[in-house]
Amino acid sequence: MQVSMTVNGQQRTDEVEPRTLLAHHLRDNLGLTATNIGCDSTSCGACTVIVDGLTVKSCTVLALQAEGSEVTTLEGLAGPDGELHPVQAAFRSEHGLQCGFCTSGMVMAAVGVLADNPNPTDREVREGIEGNLCRCTGYHNIVRAVLKAAESGPAAGQVPTAKQEVTA
Amino acid sequence: MSILGTRVVRTEDPLFLTRGAVYTDDLTDERLTGALHATFVRSNVAHGTVTSVDVSAAKEAPGVVAVYTAEDLGDLQPVPPPLPFLDAGFSRPWLVPVGGRVHFVGDLVAVVLTEERYQGEDAAEQVVVDIDPLPAVVTTKAAATDETVLFPEVGTNKVAAFGEPAPEDFFADCEVVVRREIVNQRVAAAPLETRAASAAWGEDGRVTIWCTNQGAQQAKGQIAGWLGLDPALVHLVTPDVGGGFGAKIGADQEYAFVAWLAQRSGRPVRWTESRSENMTGMLQGRAQDQVVTIGGTRDGKVTAYSLEVTQDCGAYPRIGTVLPTLTMLMAAAVYDIPKVHAQATCYATNGTSIGAYRGAGRPEATAAIERAMDLFAAEIGMDPAEVRRVNFIPTFTEPVTTSSGATYDSGDYEAALDRVLAAAGYAELRAEQARRRERGDVRQLGIGVSAYVEITGADSGHGTSENAELEVHADGTATVLTGTSPHGQGHATTWAMLASEQLGIPVEKITVLHGDTDRIPDGGGTMGSRSLQQGGAAVHQAAVELVEVARKRAAELLEANPDDLEVDLANAGLSVRGTPGVGVTWAQLAADEQLIVQTTFTANAPTFPFGAHVAVVETDVESGKAVVTRLVTVDDAGTIINPLLAEGQRHGGIAQGVGQALLEEILYDEDGNPQTSTFADYPFVSATELPSFELVEMATPTPMNPLGAKGIGEAGTIGSTPAVQSAVVDSVAHLGVRHVDMPATSMRVWRAIREAQKGSTN
Repeated sequence: MQVSMTVNGQQRTDEVEPRTLLAHHLRDNLGLTATNIGCDSTSCGACTVIVDGLTVKSCTVLALQAEGSEVTTLEGLAGPDGELHPVQAAFRSEHGLQCGFCTSGMVMAAVGVLADNPNPTDREVREGIEGNLCRCTGYHNIVRAVLKAAESGPAAGQVPTAKQEVTA
Repeated sequence: MSILGTRVVRTEDPLFLTRGAVYTDDLTDERLTGALHATFVRSNVAHGTVTSVDVSAAKEAPGVVAVYTAEDLGDLQPVPPPLPFLDAGFSRPWLVPVGGRVHFVGDLVAVVLTEERYQGEDAAEQVVVDIDPLPAVVTTKAAATDETVLFPEVGTNKVAAFGEPAPEDFFADCEVVVRREIVNQRVAAAPLETRAASAAWGEDGRVTIWCTNQGAQQAKGQIAGWLGLDPALVHLVTPDVGGGFGAKIGADQEYAFVAWLAQRSGRPVRWTESRSENMTGMLQGRAQDQVVTIGGTRDGKVTAYSLEVTQDCGAYPRIGTVLPTLTMLMAAAVYDIPKVHAQATCYATNGTSIGAYRGAGRPEATAAIERAMDLFAAEIGMDPAEVRRVNFIPTFTEPVTTSSGATYDSGDYEAALDRVLAAAGYAELRAEQARRRERGDVRQLGIGVSAYVEITGADSGHGTSENAELEVHADGTATVLTGTSPHGQGHATTWAMLASEQLGIPVEKITVLHGDTDRIPDGGGTMGSRSLQQGGAAVHQAAVELVEVARKRAAELLEANPDDLEVDLANAGLSVRGTPGVGVTWAQLAADEQLIVQTTFTANAPTFPFGAHVAVVETDVESGKAVVTRLVTVDDAGTIINPLLAEGQRHGGIAQGVGQALLEEILYDEDGNPQTSTFADYPFVSATELPSFELVEMATPTPMNPLGAKGIGEAGTIGSTPAVQSAVVDSVAHLGVRHVDMPATSMRVWRAIREAQKGSTN
């Protein structure tokens, strides 16, 4: 079947099997491999992307369900000149990533957390990213990074292409 | 000012944060164009005899190119156990044949090659495997009876034994003796990236294998050996790796299988396992049953300690078989105990094979003696921190050999404890605990104290050596080649800092490469917290040597005395001391003649990081649920090169320790069926179950390498696991509880309280 969606600001139309998961569509058909798959049970969140302003686990969404949608992945988060999104910048400055496998999903989830709650507490950040697992950092520096990104103001909860707030 | 010791942010991150790292499943290498997808058909029975494998339907399924069973393997020989002293009867077949035995849920029976990924899963489901079940051996207790023997040709489930029983009078002169069976449960390493491999054969008859691992050179050697290939024909490349934690040390049989399938099919082949496959197929950790016996005087001096280990090796014994020897070596821990006894017996069971997991043998030693110290303290009515203080090895700067045979390089265990207790506000915590107990609060406070020492940089198959190659290029940049194998640790940044410190070339202009056996034929990989103290030290040594080479060449060019030349940051090269304008740049020197150094650093001996942790938990005594509210840690790993990254290692380690202490456990039912084979079932520790950590600094340099650095990768886990377990026990100690096995789940704690109130010991 044919599926069309806007991915990181670009219109994409592709032939997919109806059962194709959005995560596989992004990775295998569109070559956007920053989105990772870490489990089979919607548990780890490594595949988190933003669809029409909502953070979703793309391993649990069919590509066809994103028909006509605006999809943002990690690759679409930085500015056109390569300037890091506030959440990306904070993950770097706070050492919020080690092996990097959870990072794409964690960054997208963090954008969603900050859209919903621009000034979260330590506890609220932890609750916000509970659906995203990390084995390397013990979450300590991820939480620091999200709190640091919050200092950047509303931009930390926005994605650049759609210029819309994201609802967690 | 030196760059060493500063918080340099990672050079890896801009790419990781914008395009994502490139893991094995992400590769778009043109040699993999048109690759087939491999899907393994695995046994869903833990123990049994295969009576038939019907692949006829699978062969007709859409997209199927080939289906292989044991009949198709030709002269491929079963893979022998990885340790020379193990019985060859423990060898693992590539695919279990009809008439052969499966030994765990996850054993390989067939493999399907398809054009597309999804087609593989469909076709694999069409393979019909009949297995006649045999009784499953799930526990080491059952294994030890030999009522069911897993490998009849071996004749026993006993895989290995280390050490001798303690003499009968070992505790005869003790005023107090406490004995306890404790469990150090089986857990999953659970890196977020599952196992994956790809392979493509070239027209030159060589195979390139990309796979996720912790050391390309070791993995290459294993794969070549298993397939009977000339190692010169194998080129192994390690892409970015999404975590390892010990479980990706070396190669797994599936990786070699992918190379064989590519040769057999004449097409490149890719394989990426699912999480449920990973949770049964990847090496797991710990899995020790322990008996601790501790004896001493009523005023708190421990005079004798015994640790008896029963190690579950899983179905096909692998490296986990020898990890108890590290547990035995570290049995005495930070304590000056006149008599220490340790022994271990290892058994095969119908579970997943056991390998290294963060700490690998040392957390088990620390957990055992720290539990024993707490039990001893409780028995004589002494504060657990005070009992530790009474028994510490005094501060030392010259090597000290313990009663269990380890020779420690440097340590100040009491200072570590003092610092962590002060930072935690120990006295006030005890006062708050007393108030809550007095009031009979539902939420009681528990305070757990641990002290630890561990061994890092031990010989894990590559001696205590590591290589480095350093080249300065004509454009003024530099490249480091290392035999270590980062998978999150940030070697690209830290190794560049070490080179930059000597050369003055900025970190951003130094590229660090690893994990390509054609470019780096020899290397020890990253495991056992060895990388900085050996691989980093090699980079440091290479940089020092390269400056010497450059100094001689510059002296000739400038007609100056080499001793008068020094690295000049402003000039990006070497200048005559006192006359900064007179000099030569790195770029000029490299343009004149290749400027390259290859070197090997060999450490004199392993190093012994140490520390002390305080964990605070709040336990709801009505539900049994314990929540960690604080974790305060001293982790002394000698000189710190990049505090930002070292802290990250501590954070991750601490979290994994909490996971084991409170939540995580691989479970089987009585038939050997895994009960925790997805992340929905396995309680992987999440952000809400952890506090932010309070790290306290302490650095006692080691004389074993010029950096003064010890390992930091595993320390957090070793310290936090017993601290958290102890805190849970402490939170309900006033109700009569002396011990709760890990994971200290709500149910376990609740039951322990009920048992204590009924008056029975627990």
